[in-house]
Amino acid sequence: MLECRGITFSYDKNHKKLFQDIDLKINPGEIVGMPGPSGQGKSTLAKVLSGYLQPQVGTVLVDGSPLPAGKNPVQLIFQNPEHAVNPHWNVRKILNEGGIINPELSKNFGIQNFWLDRFPHELSGGELQRICLVRALCSNLRYLICDEITSMLDALTQAGIWHSLLQEIEKRQLGVLVISHDNALIARLCSRVVHFFEDTGK
Amino acid sequence: MFVQLYRIHLNRRSRTLVTVISCLALFAAVFLGAWLYGENGEITNLQLRKLPPSWEQPFGTDWLGRDMFARTLKGLRISLMIGLSAATASAIIALILGLAAATLGKAVDTAVTWLIDVAIATPHLILLILIAFACGGGAKGVIIAVAASHWPVLTRIIRAEVLQLRSSAFIHLSAKLGRGPLWIAWHHMLPHLLPQFVIGLLLMFPHAILHAAALTFLGFGMSPHTPAIGVLLAESMRYLSMGLWWLAVAPGLTLIISVQAFDILGNSLRVLLDPKTCRE
Repeated sequence: MLECRGITFSYDKNHKKLFQDIDLKINPGEIVGMPGPSGQGKSTLAKVLSGYLQPQVGTVLVDGSPLPAGKNPVQLIFQNPEHAVNPHWNVRKILNEGGIINPELSKNFGIQNFWLDRFPHELSGGELQRICLVRALCSNLRYLICDEITSMLDALTQAGIWHSLLQEIEKRQLGVLVISHDNALIARLCSRVVHFFEDTGK
Repeated sequence: MFVQLYRIHLNRRSRTLVTVISCLALFAAVFLGAWLYGENGEITNLQLRKLPPSWEQPFGTDWLGRDMFARTLKGLRISLMIGLSAATASAIIALILGLAAATLGKAVDTAVTWLIDVAIATPHLILLILIAFACGGGAKGVIIAVAASHWPVLTRIIRAEVLQLRSSAFIHLSAKLGRGPLWIAWHHMLPHLLPQFVIGLLLMFPHAILHAAALTFLGFGMSPHTPAIGVLLAESMRYLSMGLWWLAVAPGLTLIISVQAFDILGNSLRVLLDPKTCRE
């Protein structure tokens, strides 16, 4: 179980708190949705849950123990895949960064062999996002945080990516947090929805 | 006809490669020529004084009958060697200071940034003259002066690059995928820093060469009997009014050509090393 207890976060001490006392539990195999408008801290919470940022108060636990410093069983998928890959690397090297690539998995995600020798700027956003997903899925992860991972893609690509991802989640019983402002997408994917960022107001 | 063939058969990458090779060949020719001429440039021949450029003496001869082509080649070799060693020393200083500023915390960063500001705010030529003079002139003085005054720009670039890399998503992500700091430094940071460093180094050569020549021209550099380009140009001043124009024009032009060649070399290498342009 991925669990966070009473986390509070602000970017600096004098600044207002982005969120306070948040409790969240995600069970293996469960897809939890988190909707909300922009600029309220959804992405920040995603970074706290995956260990990119440290909360001022509270803890994040994975299966009872705190997040490790190195290889992380909780992987965050970013909204902009072009920032998540090294522009000097070719796709083959990017894919193998997390672990040995499972060929069946990359086939399910529609990764073509001729992409492997290309550089990131020679691929489209949707293609890069699939590469980021396959890279994360090959790293022994148990929980996946999806931060608006298909917001900038067209409906068809979006459906394709989620279709492949859902199969993998089902097969490996991954715990997933889906962050999106698209309520229809969340209603379609998630078994449970948490509302931290809706009526806080400004 | 030749230009047309060149356009048709070579894509941009090959054309850039041809440019790089031609520049390198030019420098090799300078060194080879200077070596083949040996002592020739130093020999005075009073029967061949003040000859304008001809087939036998392409750059003419000076008031002592010395072959200016041989002297210019030797001068270029000296200038290139001084430029190379000064620019390399400068680039190494820049690399160390840039890395230190970006990784060793706020106090070091403030100190290095302050040093950069001071070095940039001091008038360049005055700094050069002061250092060269304090080091006793000569080739050693010129190298130290140029090395000690050309690091700030590259230091800034390296510091900014490392700071930006350290905050970028793919570096943090690499750590979350289980990669250690050394692995990240080698595989993620180096491919970004190396082109910046090499191109910064190459684009520093022309500055170093020109400033070395300027120092020598002003009399703070090499002693008058070494045929450095700056010395040749300073000597030619005295004979310009007598109509010996080739003494200034020929070494001046070769200096400009070699400086330009380094500039082209640096820019071509940038095209080849950047993944966004390397396949065009």
